[in-house]
Amino acid sequence: MSTQAAAATGHVVHRDPIGAKTGMWLFLFTELLLFGGLFVIYTVYRHMHGADFHEAAHELNKVMGVTNTFVLLTSSLTMVLSVAALQRGLKGRSLQWLAVTFLLACTFLVIKFFEWRAKYHHHIFPGNPHLAELPAGEDLFFNLYFMMTGLHGIHVVIGMIVMSVVFAKIRSGSVNAERHGTLEYTGLYWHLVDLIWIFLLPLFYLTN
Amino acid sequence: MHDSHAAGHEEHVHIVPDGTQVLVWVGLLILTAITVGASVWFPGHVGVGVALVVTPIKAALILMFFMHLKYEKPVFRWMFLVAVVILATVMGLTFFDYSHR
Repeated sequence: MSTQAAAATGHVVHRDPIGAKTGMWLFLFTELLLFGGLFVIYTVYRHMHGADFHEAAHELNKVMGVTNTFVLLTSSLTMVLSVAALQRGLKGRSLQWLAVTFLLACTFLVIKFFEWRAKYHHHIFPGNPHLAELPAGEDLFFNLYFMMTGLHGIHVVIGMIVMSVVFAKIRSGSVNAERHGTLEYTGLYWHLVDLIWIFLLPLFYLTN
Repeated sequence: MHDSHAAGHEEHVHIVPDGTQVLVWVGLLILTAITVGASVWFPGHVGVGVALVVTPIKAALILMFFMHLKYEKPVFRWMFLVAVVILATVMGLTFFDYSHR
């Protein structure tokens, strides 16, 4: 749009993909430090309450955790394929892969829903007096579990919203083979969500 | 669009072949299977040790290929290194503190 206007008026449009990408990475670093802080808290409390953490981890569903890892890793691949397709000028294929990525993100949240619901039925959820009756380490483990997977889940939801917006922009043509930054940075964000999950898996699901 | 007056630093768009990315994905799945297998068959120190070694490798694969860091200008890898060093410093100091209480 702006380029057409520029062509009409003779103005030069300045674009800076390197600067934009630098900004995106800086944002990703803040995300890294945000989750990093939670990882520090987890590690210190696990050091102090090792036995309780092992006991509490038995409550988590390993199959669901591993399945969700598979889902997220696959969604990262489909996101990469969507970006590559757009860069090659294959708009339709790019939209298809982006839609698949979106559906995989949905799948992740649905599995997460059933997982959390099972915890709820076992009276394990933040704020429940039952948690306070458990040994201190188990209480900490479950609160950290909900805090960290919850914060990660919020990131998944935000990712899905951004994907929907980019999907519309690709369809309308404002994001295209020449100007693909918006999709590329959405991809970076999505891979970070995947990256954080990779660390959450051994921390919570494989601890016993 | 082609004759637009866009005067940004024209970026070389390097597209990683789809086949490479599929291989990275397969590698990530295999590494996940190794981590899960180790935690099931060798619970305890071995399982934790395997996770501590394999998980950063998985992270590196995602960063380098999916997030394209391998093909970016070196400054992006340096920036990432700085962020990791900051995180590692915070972690190191905290753990040092708690392990000597």
